[in-house]
This record gives sequence, C-alpha cells and structure tokens, in this order.
Amino acid sequence: MLEIKNLHVEVDGQKILKGLNLKINAGEVHAIMGPNGAGKSTLSYAICGKEGYEITEGSIFFKGKNILELEANERAGEGIFLGFQYPVEIPGVSNMNFLKAAINSIRKYRGEDEMAAVDFLKLIRAKAAELEMDPEMLKRAVNVGFSGGEKKRNEMVQMAMLDPIFSVLDETDSGLDIDALRIVADGINKMRSPEKAILVITHYQRLLDYVVPDFVHVLSNGKIVKSGDKELAHQLEKEGYAVLGIDENAA
Amino acid sequence: MVSTQETRQTVEKVGSDYKYGFITDIEMVKAPKGLNEDVIRFISAKKQEPEWLLDWRLKAYRKWIKMEEPEWALLKYKKPDFQEIYYYAAPKSADDRPKSLDEVDPELLRTYEKLGISLQEQEVLAGVAVDVVFDSVSVATTFRKTLKEKGVIFCSISEAARDYPDLMRKYLGSVVPAADNFYAALNSAVFTDGTFVYIPKGVRCPMELSTYFRINEANTGQFERTLIIADDESYVSYLEGCTAPMRDENQLHAAVVEIIVLEEAEVKYSTVQNWYPGDKDGKGGIYNFVTKRAACRGTNSKVSWTQVETGSAITWKYPSCILQGDGSIGEFYSVAITNNFQQADTGTKMIHIGKNTSSTIISKGISAGKAQNTYRGLVRVLPNAENTRNFTQCDSLLIGDECGAHTVPYIETKNPTAQVEHEATTSKISEEQLFYCLQRGLDVEESVSLIVNGFCKEVMQQLPMEFAVEAQKLLGISLEGSVG
Ligand SMILES: Nc1ncnc2c1ncn2[C@@H]1O[C@H](COP(=O)(O)OP(=O)(O)OP(=O)(O)O)[C@@H](O)[C@H]1O
Ligand SMILES: [Mg+2]
Repeated sequence: MLEIKNLHVEVDGQKILKGLNLKINAGEVHAIMGPNGAGKSTLSYAICGKEGYEITEGSIFFKGKNILELEANERAGEGIFLGFQYPVEIPGVSNMNFLKAAINSIRKYRGEDEMAAVDFLKLIRAKAAELEMDPEMLKRAVNVGFSGGEKKRNEMVQMAMLDPIFSVLDETDSGLDIDALRIVADGINKMRSPEKAILVITHYQRLLDYVVPDFVHVLSNGKIVKSGDKELAHQLEKEGYAVLGIDENAA
Repeated sequence: MVSTQETRQTVEKVGSDYKYGFITDIEMVKAPKGLNEDVIRFISAKKQEPEWLLDWRLKAYRKWIKMEEPEWALLKYKKPDFQEIYYYAAPKSADDRPKSLDEVDPELLRTYEKLGISLQEQEVLAGVAVDVVFDSVSVATTFRKTLKEKGVIFCSISEAARDYPDLMRKYLGSVVPAADNFYAALNSAVFTDGTFVYIPKGVRCPMELSTYFRINEANTGQFERTLIIADDESYVSYLEGCTAPMRDENQLHAAVVEIIVLEEAEVKYSTVQNWYPGDKDGKGGIYNFVTKRAACRGTNSKVSWTQVETGSAITWKYPSCILQGDGSIGEFYSVAITNNFQQADTGTKMIHIGKNTSSTIISKGISAGKAQNTYRGLVRVLPNAENTRNFTQCDSLLIGDECGAHTVPYIETKNPTAQVEHEATTSKISEEQLFYCLQRGLDVEESVSLIVNGFCKEVMQQLPMEFAVEAQKLLGISLEGSVG
C-alpha cells in the first residue's frame, strides 16, 4: 500500500531524513518509535506533503501512485490521514463546519456528490458517541481552548469521519488519561481492516498493548535502524534505546 | 514545488476573475463632462427638482470649490481630475421612469439577472424590496405597494424630493451637513440618485429593504445619496450592494448616507461592497469615498452598521454614530479585505453625547498581496455623557509578507464615568493552519476562505441571511490566489 524508498528530506536546508525505507501492506499496523528529534514527525509530513519539507532523494508510492507529485489536499483525497502531534486551532470555524467542508472536499476530489446534511449529522453524532466526545464540542471552534487530551480525541473523531485508507497517527497517545487512551485505542482498532493500514508513532508501549502492531521500527538520526515485531517495543521499554547503540540525547 | 507554480497561475488569473466586470451596452443620456454650476443646474432640471434643492446644491458646490481634498488617510492614489468626470449618466429609457417592471428596458433587467439580482418580485430575493440604481438614476423599485400599506416610503431620492418635500427639507443634510468634508460637499452638489426610506411611527418594516448600486458608464462618477428616517418606535433593516465593470481607469464613487433614528427606533444597515478592485497590477478600480453617518436622536434609539468591504481600489469610509439620545446604542461591525494593490482606510466614529449611551466596534481587517488596510476609529465621550460604555476590538489578519495592517484608534473622553475598552490583535494565517486544512482535503482556496470566514465570524453573524451566504463566498473569491 505504502512504499517509501531511500527517502531524503530537508527542512530549511537541514537534512532530517537520510535514506529511509519503509513498506506497509494493506491490513498491517506499523509502529515507529525513536528518540526525540529523530525525524518521526518529519516522516509524517513528508508522506502528507507539507510545504517546506523538501524531498531531495527517494520516492513515496501509495497504492501504486507516486504521491510526491500530488498536493497535500490531493493526498488526503487519495485516503491519507494524519493525526497531528500538535493539532492546530482554527478560531471561528466550528468542528462541524470544518468536518463538513473536509468531507465534501474529499468527495469532490473523488468525483462524488456532497454528503446530504442529514446524513452528515447522523454520522458525526454516531462517531462522537463512539469516541465518547461531548456533542457540544462539535459546535466549538476547531481545537480552540481544547485540552491536550481533547485535541487528540478530536483528531480521532476526524479520522473516524473521514474514514481514511491509510492513517499516520503521530503521538496520538501522548497527553491522554487512562480512560481516554482506551477509548482512542478502540477507535484506532476500529480502523483496522484488510483494506487499510495504520502507522502509529509513539514513545510508549502502553498504546501498543491495546493496538498491537504487526511491525515495530526504530527511527534514529533520519533512518530506520531496526525493525522487528511487537517484542521489539517491549525490549525498548525495558532497556531503552541504548541497547541499539543509540545515544538518546543525540538523535 | 507544484503548489507554488499553480498558485502563481491562480494569482495571475485573479485580476480577470471579477465576475461582475461586464459592461452593459445601453443608450445613455449624459451631462457634459466636467463640473460647473451649469452642470448642477442640468442635473437638477433632469430630476425636476424644486428650487430649494437646486439652491442647496449650488451652496454646497460653492463651498466645495474652496475645499481641499483630505490627505490624512493612509492612502496613496492619483487624485481624480474632477473636470474629466461625467456627473450625470442615465439610461435613455429612464427619462420617463418606468411605472412597473414591464416597462424597464429588458437590457437592464438582463444586467441585473447577470448580477444575480432578479427584479421579478416573486423570484430569488422574494421578501426583499429592492431599489436599483444604475449609474445616476434609480431604475426600479420593487414591492412598493406592500410597503405603502404599512405607510413605509421606499423610493428613489429624486422622487422623494418631488413627492415628500417636507421630510426631505427637514432631514436632508441634517446629519451630514453639505460642507461636512470634501467628498460630502461634492456629493451634495452633484448627487444623482439613491434611496429614500421613511418608516412611520411604531411600524416594523415588514421586509428587508435593499438598494443595489451599479456603475456602468465609463468616466462616470456615482454620487448616490441615501436618506433613511426611522420614526419613533420603528424598525428597519436595510441592505446595500454594489458592483461595477472592469475598466482600466479609476472611477469615482462618492456617496453620502444619512440615517435619522428617533425615540426607541432601530435601524440596521448592512453593506456588501464589491466595486471593481482593479487588476492584479493595481490598474483601474473604483475610488470609494463615502460619508455614512447615523444620528440617534431619541432615547434608546439604536443603529447598527455592518459592512463587508471587499472591492474598490481605494476605500475611504467611516460609518459613524452620533449617540445623542440618552441610552442610545451604536454598533459597527466591519470586515475589510484588501488584496493585490487595494488600499482601505476605514473605521467608525462613535460620538457619545447622551447619558448611558453605549457603543460596540468590531473590526476585522484582512490584507493580502501588496495591499494596505487601516482601521481608523474615534470614540469621543462628551462632558455630559454620564455612564457611557464603549468596547472596541480590532483584529488584523495578514496573508503574505508584502501587505500591511494598521490600527489608528483615537479615544477622547471628557467624562470620568466613561468606560472605554480597546483590544487589538494582528495575526497571520499560519503555515500550520493551512497545512491542517489541506491535510483534511480542502484545497488552498477553500482553506483560506474557511480560515478567513472563521476570523470574521462575529461580523458575518450580523448580516441578514440573504446577504450572509453571498458575503461568505465573496470573502473567498476576493482572496483567491493570495497564498503561495
Ligand atoms: N524548520 C526546521 N529547521 C531546522 N530543523 C528543523 C526544522 N523543523 C524540524 N527540524 C529538526 O528536525 C528534527 C526532526 O524533527 P521531528 O519533529 O521530525 O522529530 P520527532 O522524531 O518527531 O521528535 P519528537 O519525538 O520529539 O516528536 C529535529 O531535530 C528538529 O529540530
Ligand atoms: Mg514528533
């Protein structure tokens, strides 16, 4: 589904990713771990096409398409979703209106009709309920004044609404209380299906207890330095990155 | 990157994207070019005006020739050559003003259809009475009968001068005196048409009233004059819309709007100003020099200005409230968007004279391209105005690095009990906000439009439903291509 080869990414002239390879098949859940500043968020931005993240070498194919040729919104239209590490506030725009605009833009990209207002309302109420989000939050401006945990949960509501084929979830577990972590993990597990794939970026084993990954990778200094199965995460939890010869302070 | 290139193409397209830029080919009657007393006599005669009004015009003209064009605004432009302008242009067929829509020149009706305004009463704007001003004359006013039953007068100001001389003599120039300022004096001398509204005592106007202004002729100035009188305990909501063709030379629009609000009455005045802004290189566009003022003369009278200013090359406009009656309320909600080389210097004046008067100012300025956007506002509290309150909030949003936003608040309080609050912010559309929207599937234009509409929400909420949707779209269109 997603194939990244020899990816080099520069930001403001600084080399961040230095030859990263990653292959994710439909039906799989991959986890990426790695010290702060290793380039995990950079990878997610490169996949999603953020302006300023210059691909100097390498390729990213999604379902056989070279997505480096597509704009960020077109990649979203293809079914790629990013759960942001730091969700952004948009004052004056309600969650509802934001999602309605998003859904209809994606539908337009796919040549589909707009979603009927009634269907939209039904859907959003159902998804908010699944993720145990207070429906009142849907009327509030996107992420404005939301607590850290509320923002992360809001990302999950958006994911559930947009129903992406491939999701990158960047530290969606950070800042969540124990109950919220379980709810969010359930939400992620609902997205698991033979046609879909998920890449979770996390620092903690506790999310991976709920969302059990098929593969775990360690990203350090712009490269994937080790890959394994879920046991790798357990090992890292116990022994830290030092066991891989990685100095935690020098990403 | 792909996006930068595409955005550049969009930017280049913008200049030609003004969808109201067409010209209607229609036979016109014009006054000779330039301005002198004979031209004023010509206009007055064309309109079959009473003697007093001609005198009033001439007096204004004699004052105007001694006045200087103001220079204090943060605007740079080539001053108009007042002798190169036509001061009167009217469709020939309007010489005998049509009595019903059937008699209106079909070419004109088509023009308004193109602008999205159907004059056929049962159509799109059903429930809104419309007065249409084409260059110098009012060409059609709808729903007159329904309004008449309630005693509401809604007609062109030329008709009012003939048919309602008492009201006209009493109120014309009573809020904006003939020589108030350079452009107001010019307008008083040569004003051609505009709308007259009178809402009788105790009447809640049964529908929105609206005037649609259109400049069509080349080298023609539009000098409209609007007079609204809300008698005791009455209410009216009035909307104003404007467009003009795309032309390479600048055209002058110098309007005066006067509103008189009596005891316990309320007037809500909304504008969506979309005059041609000029092309992407700053060529052409309307010079919009407007004096708008409301006098709250009774106890608890209330006036509320809402404006969405997206067009014009130059905007110079300060809708103001004179809060004379005790407990009267003035409100000003404004969105001003400038893109490319547009310049806007706009704001309000709140003059607190009566006791317990209060005012609210919410101003949202958005600049993109190489545009300059200035909020200029005055809050003045006079010595006898006990317990007055003002709240002012000015927010500026910048798109790109080449535009500017300026806030110039003047506060003068001569009464120690006054509570005056001022808040100002300047922000940018951040890369992060934009990417967040893009990642959710919105394209650049949709994203900017969404973010800007969010930024302007408090103002947009004030618009009547009929206008809000159109205005929302307009915000997006005005900013097309502004993000790279
Ligand atoms: N605009 C920039 N200019 C220079 N360096 C940058 C810029 N943006 C990011 N970086 C650097 O790129 C590196 C990778 O950042 P990234 O956000 O991808 O790390 P991360 O692995 O997600 O870290 P964390 O676990 O803390 O979220 C960091 O060292 C960061 O400082
Ligand atoms: Mg990160």
